[in-house]
Amino acid sequence: MDKIKVAVLGSGNIGTDLMIKLGRSDVLELTTVIGIDPDSDGLRKARALGYETIDNGLDGFLARPELADIIFDATSAKAHIRHAKKLKEAGKQVLDLTPAAVGPLVVPPVNIQEHLDADNINLITCGGQATIPMVHAIDRVQSVTYAEIVATISSDSAGPGTRANIDEFTKTTAGGIEQIGGAEKGKAIIILNPAEPPIMMRDTIHVLVDGSDVKKEDIIQSIKEMEKDVQSYVPGYRVKQDPIFEDNKVTVFIEVEGAGDYLPSFSGNLDIMTAAAVKVAEEWAKHKLNKVVV
Amino acid sequence: MQTDKKIIITEVALRDGSHAIRHQYTVDQVAAVAGALDQAGVPYIEVSHGDGLGGSSLQYGLSKTNEMELIEAAVSAVDQAKIAVLLIPGIGTVRDLNEAAALGAKMARVATHVTEADVAPQHIARAKELGMETVGFLMMSHMASPEKLTEQAKLMEGYGADTVYIVDSAGALLPHETAERIRRLKNELSVNIGFHAHNNLSLAMANTLAAIQEGADRIDGSIRCLGAGAGNTQTEVLVAVLDRMGIQTGVDLYKMMDIAEDLVAPILEKPQEITKGSLVLGYAGVYSSFLLHAQRAAQQFGVDSRDILIELGKQKVVGGQEDMIFDVAADLAKQSANLVTK
Repeated sequence: MDKIKVAVLGSGNIGTDLMIKLGRSDVLELTTVIGIDPDSDGLRKARALGYETIDNGLDGFLARPELADIIFDATSAKAHIRHAKKLKEAGKQVLDLTPAAVGPLVVPPVNIQEHLDADNINLITCGGQATIPMVHAIDRVQSVTYAEIVATISSDSAGPGTRANIDEFTKTTAGGIEQIGGAEKGKAIIILNPAEPPIMMRDTIHVLVDGSDVKKEDIIQSIKEMEKDVQSYVPGYRVKQDPIFEDNKVTVFIEVEGAGDYLPSFSGNLDIMTAAAVKVAEEWAKHKLNKVVV
Repeated sequence: MQTDKKIIITEVALRDGSHAIRHQYTVDQVAAVAGALDQAGVPYIEVSHGDGLGGSSLQYGLSKTNEMELIEAAVSAVDQAKIAVLLIPGIGTVRDLNEAAALGAKMARVATHVTEADVAPQHIARAKELGMETVGFLMMSHMASPEKLTEQAKLMEGYGADTVYIVDSAGALLPHETAERIRRLKNELSVNIGFHAHNNLSLAMANTLAAIQEGADRIDGSIRCLGAGAGNTQTEVLVAVLDRMGIQTGVDLYKMMDIAEDLVAPILEKPQEITKGSLVLGYAGVYSSFLLHAQRAAQQFGVDSRDILIELGKQKVVGGQEDMIFDVAADLAKQSANLVTK
């Protein structure tokens, strides 16, 4: 089967985890890892695995644009705004794993089909990737008037960027719950837990549905189907308890265990971002390959 | 006996007490209590949802009244007292802070788990820009070693906090542990040091006195013990005790007793006492606001609320993880069902 060439921009933890996941893809061929520090662990690993490495950032890649058609940007929101512009001019498709949100927000099992030709998409936040599928799963059965999510992650898996901009998490996630999840109003809460050994990512989704006659069986069925859809690309994604129903409130408990590729398995919050990014890129690649065949 | 020593009291019943009454404060209650506390000479009065700005939620309980209306009511009811707000990064945001400041709140208490101070700098910085006094509020202080607590307190000082608080959210600290922590902070920081107690082990007053002995500058109290769990250091009692010790608070004891009796007691659904639930909070080291949620979950799943709280303590759950109460209750119910069928 033909593959589409891709590159990873950013050689930190996220970039390195992507590198390992991409090595397993049937439709994506990782050719290049782009960083700014030739001595970084990520670039060293990339060289050892035989990938092309570029250590002078995006400009180095733009001098050799034939290396990839799809780019994963795992740098920072500030850098992404600059990268997005240049990559658009170069005609590349870009997956934004930063909170920059230049392009439309995407949660693969909910709205990827609407963005197969997008030149730039944003993956919201880890909490968004873990919870928006469930908000949507309930909303497609019975209209959600309010959805609130609580994401608890281990302190070890919250980097300095997340910590310094914690408001960005709550704002961006709440926006995603409304726009993609379908809730009339969304709210997000994030909690860091320092317990040792580190806890797995867990997410609780509380929603209020419209009307007093709650379609309990249909909602449970829809949640189960959505769990399977997410598991197809995040195997460690699990609904932890039976959903709790109380009047028109539904509560769903989720646990996300990472694949343990480069990042430790407790950091399901980071894994669900890289896994979602690879999933979107694979859908893009299949779409491109189909177009060529047709 | 009269000394030069002064303690600045912050009354937290209109924030911490929100937990005890399931966030059902009305504008009239807040205006009446804040106005009377102001008349009694209380210098700082905290008003917010129990979990701080933005806390109104399905996770923690929806506020009956929008907290911004409560803050506005408190600001209009006072002459000398300053209205403080609590903000827990991850729950409340800079936007909430802007709104509270515009309504006249003069102090921002930015609260984090004791090991996670580094989520606070943007909120402390913004509060300072807004001209507010700032507090770094290190919650669940019993969960960190004195060394770790000191390191995190220094971060708060570095972000610009005017005061750093040791917060015994679970009411789990013992007096000698409180004393050691305050002593370290007094030695290694130059800003004011505060202490916030919970009375789950009946040690709120003892811990508060230990803190004062070691030089604490600011103390939180809740009048009539109107706070989460078994409440906080009882403010009117503290005023009396400090007066006997010759420590000045500037607060009128008789007026405080009257407010407690006439205005605050009727707000409480039942008198604050150390029940088996609140005792277990302190014993297991669990966040005090979990109490009512655990009682509700226990009823729903047919398990003992003490078992839920003990298990949460074992799992080292932190403040804000109220969702874990239902998760643990469901697990306990499954376990006991398995035992029965076996």
